[in-house]
Amino acid sequence: MKITVTDLDGNDHVIEGKAGWTLMESIRDAGLPIKAECGGACACATCHVYVDMDWIDATGERSEEEEDMIDLALEVEDSSRLACQIELSDALEGLKVKLARDAVL
Amino acid sequence: MSDNAYETDVVIIGAGPVGLFAVFELGLLGLKCHLIDILDRAGGQCAELYPEKPIYDIPAVPMCTGQELTDRLLEQINAFEPVFHFQEMAEKLTKLEDGRWHLTTDQGTEITSTVVVIAAGGGSFVPKKPHLDGLEDFEGSSVHYAVRRIEDFRDKRVVIAGGGDSALDWALNLHPVAKRITIVHHRDGFRAAPASVEHMRSLVEKGEMDFEIAQLAGLEGSGGQLSGVKVKTKTDGENTIEADTLLPFFGLTMKLGPIAEFGLNLHENLITVDTEKFETSVPSIFAIGDINTYPGKLKLILSGFHEGALMSQAAFAYCRPGERLRFQYTTSSSDLQKKLGVR
Repeated sequence: MKITVTDLDGNDHVIEGKAGWTLMESIRDAGLPIKAECGGACACATCHVYVDMDWIDATGERSEEEEDMIDLALEVEDSSRLACQIELSDALEGLKVKLARDAVL
Repeated sequence: MSDNAYETDVVIIGAGPVGLFAVFELGLLGLKCHLIDILDRAGGQCAELYPEKPIYDIPAVPMCTGQELTDRLLEQINAFEPVFHFQEMAEKLTKLEDGRWHLTTDQGTEITSTVVVIAAGGGSFVPKKPHLDGLEDFEGSSVHYAVRRIEDFRDKRVVIAGGGDSALDWALNLHPVAKRITIVHHRDGFRAAPASVEHMRSLVEKGEMDFEIAQLAGLEGSGGQLSGVKVKTKTDGENTIEADTLLPFFGLTMKLGPIAEFGLNLHENLITVDTEKFETSVPSIFAIGDINTYPGKLKLILSGFHEGALMSQAAFAYCRPGERLRFQYTTSSSDLQKKLGVR
């Protein structure tokens, strides 16, 4: 599946996502500079992304654990999510997200 | 030699699981270790990021938490009497004329050793900094990432940003001395301990503390002296909170830090090593665990343990030149069992 990831300079990268992988794993696998320091354990908030408004419903709600961890993110918006907490499925084909400043190496 | 100068066989930078197990492997060979870590306790990421999270891939340990792994490693290496230097960052490394290394920390500790082992994981944990224009001008004078002396905040107007335990604990601890405390947090919920949140809310209700659901937007002031903190709310746009001091508490992030200046070959912020000894491009400096890279590298704790065992063999050759290394098993060697303190 195709996912569009916008970097800090506003450039779009169309990457290959895989159903069953997390969004963070797909971004990392594509070689984009996402920190993801804890490796996907929802323990650090350094895979912070903004989900495109058209995709908010499809990506679901933050869990309580994710909500707590987002307290450690900077520049939080309503669309803020931790990429390690979004599991990709075919329903997310075409998903668009933007990297947050505190998630980039 | 001054009080904070030491001599040892091996200095290990980083007291995470891999650094701790290196103490074990080096200890079996009779080598003494000092460890330096920026955190205030052993465990590295296991202690800082996921002390309560389960780990399932340690051989023969079906499940343990990050904290349990740390505690067991500390127990396992206890007999080797490692010396820990916590809350210190390895800052400068120079080669002495006799071939040994002289390492100094940001706290002034000096350690002379034959071998240096870098087991620094993702680098040093440092405070996450808010993205605010001109932030550097206020750091150290008006913006602080930790509280060293409560007295420094007497009669100050303090803005505390964040929603975790650090933010809430310091808001409550500084409340008696500060002129005014304002907590700035992006939502009405907090990840901090419920009792602290309740205490804070009661103070806000009584008008003794302020709480703004907002995000940091800018700093006002001059010459390093803050006069106000600009915040942005969802509903009312931007406004300014008069303030002398800002304490941002957004947790920690990892930075390679001064190790990058040690003159080692790096590849994408990782230290390149060989896979026989896990030695860096500089002889007698080794790198093990998440901080190193080589073809096929996997960032697993168990890989770091293996790397530590092989590194130790090479470290022995540097520390005990001319001595022959006798390969022994802990199960059968009375010599090793004596070192372990079990015999």
